[in-house]
Amino acid sequence: MSIEFILLTIIGLSAYSFYISKKKAAAISAINGAEIHSQPNYHGMYAAFLTISPALVLLIVWSFIEDTIITMRLRDYFSDITEPSIANFYIEGVINFVDDVNSKAMDHVNFFTATEYYKSTMHLNLLLKSIVLVMLTIIALRYSFKLISADFKARDLFEDVVIKVMNIASIFAIFITIGIVLSLLFETLRFFESVPVQDFLFGTHWSPQMSIREDQVGSSGSFGAVPVFTGTILISIIAMSVAGPIGLFSAIYLSQYASNRVRSFAKPIIEVLAGIPTVVYGFFAVITVGPFFREMGIFFDIEGFSSESALIAGSVLGIMIIPFIASLTDDALSAVPRSLKEGSLAMGATLSETTTRVIIPASFHGIVGSFLLAFSRAIGETMIVVMAAGFAANLTANPFDAVTTVTVQIVGLLTGDQEFDSAKTLSAFALAFVLFFLTLILNVISLSIVKKYREQYE
Amino acid sequence: MSIEELKVSIKNLNVFYGEKQALFGINLNIYANEVTSLIGPSGCGKSTLIKCINRMNDLVDICRYNGQIMIDGEDVNDPSTDPVSLRTRIGMVFQKPNPFPKSLYDNVAYGPRLHGMTNSKEDLDELVITSLQKAGLFNEVKDRLFEPGTGLSGGQQQRLCIARALAVNPEIILMDEPCSALDPIATAKIEELIEELKEKYTIVIVTHSMQQAARVSNRTAYMHMGELIESGLTKTIFSNPEHIKTQDYITGRIG
Ligand SMILES: Nc1ncnc2c1ncn2[C@@H]1O[C@H](COP(=O)(O)OP(=O)(O)OP(=O)(O)O)[C@@H](O)[C@H]1O
Ligand SMILES: [Mg+2]
Repeated sequence: MSIEFILLTIIGLSAYSFYISKKKAAAISAINGAEIHSQPNYHGMYAAFLTISPALVLLIVWSFIEDTIITMRLRDYFSDITEPSIANFYIEGVINFVDDVNSKAMDHVNFFTATEYYKSTMHLNLLLKSIVLVMLTIIALRYSFKLISADFKARDLFEDVVIKVMNIASIFAIFITIGIVLSLLFETLRFFESVPVQDFLFGTHWSPQMSIREDQVGSSGSFGAVPVFTGTILISIIAMSVAGPIGLFSAIYLSQYASNRVRSFAKPIIEVLAGIPTVVYGFFAVITVGPFFREMGIFFDIEGFSSESALIAGSVLGIMIIPFIASLTDDALSAVPRSLKEGSLAMGATLSETTTRVIIPASFHGIVGSFLLAFSRAIGETMIVVMAAGFAANLTANPFDAVTTVTVQIVGLLTGDQEFDSAKTLSAFALAFVLFFLTLILNVISLSIVKKYREQYE
Repeated sequence: MSIEELKVSIKNLNVFYGEKQALFGINLNIYANEVTSLIGPSGCGKSTLIKCINRMNDLVDICRYNGQIMIDGEDVNDPSTDPVSLRTRIGMVFQKPNPFPKSLYDNVAYGPRLHGMTNSKEDLDELVITSLQKAGLFNEVKDRLFEPGTGLSGGQQQRLCIARALAVNPEIILMDEPCSALDPIATAKIEELIEELKEKYTIVIVTHSMQQAARVSNRTAYMHMGELIESGLTKTIFSNPEHIKTQDYITGRIG
């Protein structure tokens, strides 16, 4: 017997509870006609919920308690060890012990008696747990079945359950977000213990690699993040200047001018672009766009056109975000009530006058939203830039230069073997934190634009 | 009443949506400085008919028509007629008020700006104000001209839409159930307005209210299943209809 089996049993019982309760409610309603307060389905669902939830709650609580108790007990076997972290190491060894694997923890005299004890306790524990959980479920099942009557308000109660579940889900989402931000923040603060904030934010030289070799001169590394961020912004701007006009115009064409027939095949094709994995775009950048731009560079005699450049990465990134802009803008434009379009045309406006004077202003917030979404996609994108823009942290506004971006640097800093407390590794968290902060500001700005327009026009 | 002047003449108009025929051989005359009302049960083709006059049906891909619509002796469907300039001569007010998401001022100034009708800011201001006055809205909104038009009540919005249509100084105003979303008081205001407007404009109004048709219109046309059953002076239609279907409809037996 295993915990999976118990879970299946409980779920099975709950399904059974749904079935019999629904049946009972249906029987009552057959007798009483319309008198029954809730539909049989609601009775069934509420009963199923009542049946399953005590066992689930107990299971979670039990798992916590069993962990605490067993570690406490095992601690007794290693009472000769005073250092807690070493004792924990032995306890871990016991818990994770597998017969045919050698472990350093076996050196301790009590190790095998401890594993014996652990095994038998856990066995007993599982048995006890199974019995208690199944019993509890059966009791809950009987209780929920008894509750059903013509005026039992199962529908309202179930509504409450649904609302609570949604509440919990949203609270969970919020806590996850807070957790991520906090962990990022703590690592960032650790980084700033070794590197001053102002050096990071305003320094113009980025070369974290040097800090590995501690014995060498200049081992401290250089963590001026300005070139990394200007690189990100340069590439995103190039991407937006490719995707902005193309996306906007194709959206206008699709929503206002195209006939239904054109629209029905053109829109899916554009949306396919969004489904292409970014690695493929990376290939496209390296194999097709890169050489093409280089040829152009030679043709027009542009000095210092490197094979990895902001222009190449930015334009391919731009192609990648076209569908975001086109599709979301199209949705925004199409959402403008037809009556406004007709009103304007009836005033003797042409279709393009109507588009620029009525439809775009009316859907402006949607358009801004789609642009900002695309922009934050561009800022967060890694793969294409890794493949097409390089790692060199140049402080430049020249699109023909190789540049690097925040995400690329984070990848570079965290891949391969790393010590997790060196300034080099920690700098990745600082970069990530600033990036997070930037996108946050972007979102706040976009929301406030949207809100302003809503207030003005709705 | 002075001598009748023919403004719009519709001859043998057939309209199709795809395979389905919506209007069958319509013949109707509309006279200048009069209110002509179109009545008939839902789906009989009233909206379709008035949309043919300013060619709004061009927007519907599947819509085809034949027949003749003459405005001041000029064929609306003639290839040389530009629907855009045609529509500047014909104002339209819709069933649901549809102010643009702009300020009151910009709503009324929309047409004049589009067609470059004024030369200076002062001219435009004046045009906006007189249009709002003509629509009987100015006094209610004079201190909120720069607030969004969508913030008005339904009846005010509808009068704003009328002001917007008046600002381009059209010859004909088409109204498709302009009061159906309004309460009796707002409706009374619009009816009063129609009464005043007919001094200068030719008005066609679609309505579901017999009383409204009787109150505001000089002439009435009754339509049924895409056919024009009967048209004539409102007095005659309501007191002494020729056709049994008309009689049934106005006395409330069909529709
Ligand atoms: N865009 C369209 N596509 C297809 N059929 C249409 C379209 N517009 C109208 N029709 C059809 O044409 C006929 C006349 O419609 P119309 O809107 O002119 O009726 P109506 O008299 O204005 O009705 P109501 O009083 O309900 O507004 C109806 O049968 C309708 O289904
Ligand atoms: Mg209609």
